Amino acid sequence: MTKPNNFAVLKPTPSSASLQYDPMTVSRFLGTMSPWTLFAIFAVLLIWPTIASAQSGEAVRPFNALWRWMPFLITKGFLFNVLISFLCLVIGTGAGVVLGLGQISQRRFIRAVSWLITQLFRNSPWLVILFIVMLALPYEMTIFGEVYYYPAWIKAVLGLSLPVMANISEIVRGAIRSVPNTQWEASEALAFTRNQTLWRIILPQCFKRMIPPWMNWYAILTMATPLVSILGVDDVVNLTRQAIVAENNRPELLMPFFGFVLILFFAYCYPIARLTLRLERKFAVKL
Amino acid sequence: MTTSAPWTPDQPIVSLRDVYKSFGSLEVLKGINIDIMKGEVICIIGPSGSGKSTLIRCINALNDIQKGSIKVEGQEVHTDKLNKLELRKKIGMVFQQYNLFPHKTALQNVMMAPLLVLKEDKASTEKRARELLAKVRLADKEDAYPGELSGGQQQRVAIARSLAMQPDIMLFDEVTAALDPETVKEVLLTIKELAAEGMTCILVTHEMGFAREVADHIYFTDRGVIVEHGAPETFFDNAQDERTKLFLSQIL
Repeated sequence: MTKPNNFAVLKPTPSSASLQYDPMTVSRFLGTMSPWTLFAIFAVLLIWPTIASAQSGEAVRPFNALWRWMPFLITKGFLFNVLISFLCLVIGTGAGVVLGLGQISQRRFIRAVSWLITQLFRNSPWLVILFIVMLALPYEMTIFGEVYYYPAWIKAVLGLSLPVMANISEIVRGAIRSVPNTQWEASEALAFTRNQTLWRIILPQCFKRMIPPWMNWYAILTMATPLVSILGVDDVVNLTRQAIVAENNRPELLMPFFGFVLILFFAYCYPIARLTLRLERKFAVKL
Repeated sequence: MTTSAPWTPDQPIVSLRDVYKSFGSLEVLKGINIDIMKGEVICIIGPSGSGKSTLIRCINALNDIQKGSIKVEGQEVHTDKLNKLELRKKIGMVFQQYNLFPHKTALQNVMMAPLLVLKEDKASTEKRARELLAKVRLADKEDAYPGELSGGQQQRVAIARSLAMQPDIMLFDEVTAALDPETVKEVLLTIKELAAEGMTCILVTHEMGFAREVADHIYFTDRGVIVEHGAPETFFDNAQDERTKLFLSQIL
């Protein structure tokens, strides 16, 4: 009896079959799409309901309504989402870099605390974090006896910044770890201090490596900004809902309006994803 | 901890006494004694895994030791009060894998430490860096990045980078082991010139011919102890210990 020849042979594993977790999935998915996808979404989401309503004799009405609302939805809605994403990116990056450096601190306590904060916010549902921040923070703050009120969206920005911070902390830590240990040794032998080594030798080498994953997180963050609508912040999703209500809640408006919002996000994130992938290829490490 | 008498050049510049070092349960150095005088060139040879690299890495405190004493210019290295930066200003080190800073040009690699560590002014540092690169015959490669240089060229930049700190002692950790055969010679030539100028050099090497030619003293280590040592002629031609004989017969 001959056994089938099924020894475990070392075949080169195709990258798609790799079990390794790829932190750039979002950008890779978005960025490798054909630009024509945009028009495909148009076709499905805008034309389909138009045809559907043509049978009821109101062919152009949904488009007219959308056309009227478009400037409002973009300037008051989508640009606000962009603003939120920008602020979150700035706060998240600043705090994330500090936290990431904390993770490689020589002080065990700082290392442990930074690690804990990073893991906590990296592995929690964003919406839960948002709720906690929204409910835990007061609506007013007293600084030097003066009471300041601040709107809910500021709290939403803080809430969204936390998971961004945690993920950027991991990017920083990972990038620093990716520089060979021998670079630390060579610097040490030349009598550099630890800080000099970190800022002058190590970080300049891994700075470029951090940019693609950082941009990837920006795309993810931007797509997560509609979460704030659940908490009553008037972002593009909330305004779209209100616009539909203002148009008498007609069901044939749903697809064109939300389809339009989808297209806005796609049109904004797609170039970012393309650029991210290009930079990733360009900065592919050669040591 | 340190003896109160200041170090004078007639005493050993580097002195190891009964040095023990282990990584966890693995004992790497088991009672090493070496004395090196100023201007001396010593070569440490021996089979791989015999603790040669660990030994010289202890001298500039890249590795710490468990027991014993290492003195560099009279200053005890094996103490909590050690000022590592001051120690390392006196000791240059060149590694097997060059370890140049890949984001800096050859000239910048050489200039960095004097500028940042010694806080020297830019003009004089640059002048000296250019002289050093010329000395290692790389004057035309000042603006090349490490990735654009051959292994031998990178290693010579690494030597110039260490010399820029004007050290009293140079450590060479198997500096030719990663090189192509044809580039080994240029690196050895550079070291030979350095030795001829009176630099105190401690080399870990597998280049027996070179060791014989350049060394004042040869130490043979095996399994964490110094088995035999002596002047090159007696060591190579008249080895006494069986292990040394075996090693030399395999390698020569």
